[in-house]
Amino acid sequence: MELISQYPLISSLLALASLGLVFGAILGFAAVRFKAEGNPIVDQINDLLPQTQCGQCGYPGCRPYAEAIAGGDLINKCPPGGEAGIQALADLLDQEVLPLDEEHGEEKVKAIAFIREDECIGCTKCIQACPVDAILGAAKQMHTVISSECTGCDLCLDPCPVDCIDMIPEEETLQSWHWPLPDPVDSSASIIATDVRNAQHRAA
Amino acid sequence: MRKLFTFHGGIHPPENKSQSLAQPIREAGIPSHLILPLSQHIGAPAKPVVTVGERVLKGQLLASARGTVSAAVHAPTSGVVEAIEDRQIAHPSGLTTMCIVLASDGKDEWITLAPTLNYLECQPEEIVARIQAAGIAGMGGAGFPTAAKVNTPPERKVETLIINGTECEPYITADDILMQERPQQIIAGVKILQHLLQPGETLIGIEDNKPEAIAALQTAAEGSDIEVVSFPTKYPSGGEKQLIEILTGKQVPSGGLPLDIGVICQNIGSVVAVEDAITLGQPLISRITTVTGEAVTSPGNFQVLLGTPMRFLLEQAGYLTEKNERLVMGGPMMGFAVPDLDVPIVKTTNCLLAPTPSELPNPAPAQACIRCGLCEQACPASLLPQQMFWFAQGKEFEKLEQHNLFDCIECGACSWVCPSNIPLVQYYRASKSEILFARQEHKKAEQSRIRFEARQQRLERGEAEKAAKRAARKQAAEQRARDTSATGQTGEDDPVQAAIDRAKAKKAAQQAAGSSSESEKQRLEDNVASIRQRLEKANQKLTQAEAENSEHVDALRSGVDKTRAKLEAAEQALAALSPGDKDKVEAEPPVDAAAAAIAKAMAARTAKAELDPAEQAKEKLRALELRLQKTRDRLTQSRSEDADEKVIEALEASIHRLQDKITTAKADLPTAEAD
Repeated sequence: MELISQYPLISSLLALASLGLVFGAILGFAAVRFKAEGNPIVDQINDLLPQTQCGQCGYPGCRPYAEAIAGGDLINKCPPGGEAGIQALADLLDQEVLPLDEEHGEEKVKAIAFIREDECIGCTKCIQACPVDAILGAAKQMHTVISSECTGCDLCLDPCPVDCIDMIPEEETLQSWHWPLPDPVDSSASIIATDVRNAQHRAA
Repeated sequence: MRKLFTFHGGIHPPENKSQSLAQPIREAGIPSHLILPLSQHIGAPAKPVVTVGERVLKGQLLASARGTVSAAVHAPTSGVVEAIEDRQIAHPSGLTTMCIVLASDGKDEWITLAPTLNYLECQPEEIVARIQAAGIAGMGGAGFPTAAKVNTPPERKVETLIINGTECEPYITADDILMQERPQQIIAGVKILQHLLQPGETLIGIEDNKPEAIAALQTAAEGSDIEVVSFPTKYPSGGEKQLIEILTGKQVPSGGLPLDIGVICQNIGSVVAVEDAITLGQPLISRITTVTGEAVTSPGNFQVLLGTPMRFLLEQAGYLTEKNERLVMGGPMMGFAVPDLDVPIVKTTNCLLAPTPSELPNPAPAQACIRCGLCEQACPASLLPQQMFWFAQGKEFEKLEQHNLFDCIECGACSWVCPSNIPLVQYYRASKSEILFARQEHKKAEQSRIRFEARQQRLERGEAEKAAKRAARKQAAEQRARDTSATGQTGEDDPVQAAIDRAKAKKAAQQAAGSSSESEKQRLEDNVASIRQRLEKANQKLTQAEAENSEHVDALRSGVDKTRAKLEAAEQALAALSPGDKDKVEAEPPVDAAAAAIAKAMAARTAKAELDPAEQAKEKLRALELRLQKTRDRLTQSRSEDADEKVIEALEASIHRLQDKITTAKADLPTAEAD
């Protein structure tokens, strides 16, 4: 005690050292206890990718591309995601919006694979190529596409030895239709709520 | 007097209801063709149960409900199913959907209806099933299947049953006229719902601009616990959430259902349909539709069959095509322009509005928002329309959701009050459907991701299994190798050794078997025969080789000689056995004949090698002469025995050869002696 009171420098050094030890221990514990599994940004990026698993970006699926983006790759290599996808990625990563890299293809209308069943020879090559297991069939049996699971990735087209797979663009149905945003220039929109106002003025 | 509440905002557009109330409900009649969309309600489309060309009766089921949130479709009149195909329907998109087209036969022949039910004796499930079978969907405009709505879980107590007779939208009078003309039926229907839901209280809410309807219902409801409540007219008090707030003071939580606060709402039209279904057993095949606007000469309300083309209905009301620029389904606030006059009336068509261009002109061009805040004051859902307008323009969907876009009831009050003519509600509709679409896409993407990852895992598992198998095989092979080297056996791994072992075993077995003299003799004979055959073959080859002057002549020749020696040995052995000297045979087994011959030959060779070259040459000459002699003897013998041509030829050839050899040997002899 006497030593400490005689040498205030030692006491302050001791105090600092013990503080350092305590906080170091807390940080060390937190590092072990709250360890982040994997890179969370990869999951966030993967969430924004369209999950077509088409490989047009040059990676074998959406997650590998997400990992590549997290590792610094460009965000404009996903044609199915299109401009909207690039916008979302740019927002997430706080990057500049880039135009879609044409080297990797262009944004197309969403399509679904369809097997012309009469021509199918049952080679199972498309089944092996499908990244989401959306094709049913067995060797020497006719194959068919589960349309609700097809992502329209085109990967089954190339392996087909008899070219019996068509990509049919998705048609707009009552379920998929949505109201367009009003055209600020064209006033002949079919919404009529605003019309009544004028009628009221006339009536008034 | 009941304490009434009010909701935020609201507007007072001109009502324009009197035009269509001048006449009582009229029958629209039976058109030649009826078009019945499979999806006239919210939820899954119905599933057709009839085939093209089938004759159906009025009230017959055409398409059954698919799941709980779905509604069946029935034939509105008797006739023949003409087609089941895509037809344009009354929808703002102008798209087509699957419809059943019915050609009516004009007989209007009813099917045998389900027996009437005394609902007081029925279980709730039975009533719900009957409502579902009748295909009733909310007739106020949204079209939510009624059966799904009234099928409340037992643990959810219904405190208030509200019958919505508000009909706040301008021009529409379908519910109003129904209340005026059929109050008894409405009250009967309400009693059925009361029995089904057992609510704490039952209210019929009507705006005070319908005094006749209020009076009629009050008379009809006398003596019951049904309360008819009137409240000040304000648009949109007919909205479900708004009406609940007016009558109970409670607000439906955002994103929730009225049932969450113990309330169920039913439209007047739906109540009438329920009454028809339970007490008469009639499915929903017609409805009351208001036809109004300045472009019809005789506006009014019509009892119209579902599926009736709009053109047919309009003609009943004296439609003036040239005066009407666009036809609106629904009211002027929430309705939409129909793409074509031939689209059908459906369960949700409460009004056809055929205005002249001056009555309902095209909206003026939108101008910039001046931030006046009128829209905020008009919004019945207490939202911030002006703020949401910016977000909608910038497609900031996340912000829109944070501003409770999905609480918007699309009533159009904001657009109506906007001094800049901005079609605000249109922005919200577009944003809503885009968000819903994005959600749907995201859900699908999620599904794809799961399937992709599952596939990756499966492939990896397969690879791992293969690798494990390979490793196991490799390990087993190594283990075997180690075991073998440890025991010092070459084991089964060496196929050559194995073959040798097999041959040895066979030989041993043969020897063991060959103990009896009979089999011994047989064996020797076989042996002789086979050696003779071999000799013949060898001779043939030799002859051929000699004829061709082949290099192998010498080798073949020595082969022939050896075989001949073997043959002689075998013959000797056979001869020895033949006299019956068993011991001799056993002492000199023919198996060793070849070995003995080899030993003799070896001995002869060693003896030869010991002689000097001259002696060797002489010896060779002697041997050759001996062989020549022998061969000649055999030749003579063969000839006398009439032996095979070939044998004789071979013998002659060998005699020639021996003679040549003797000549050479004789020539060599002096040289050898000189050495």
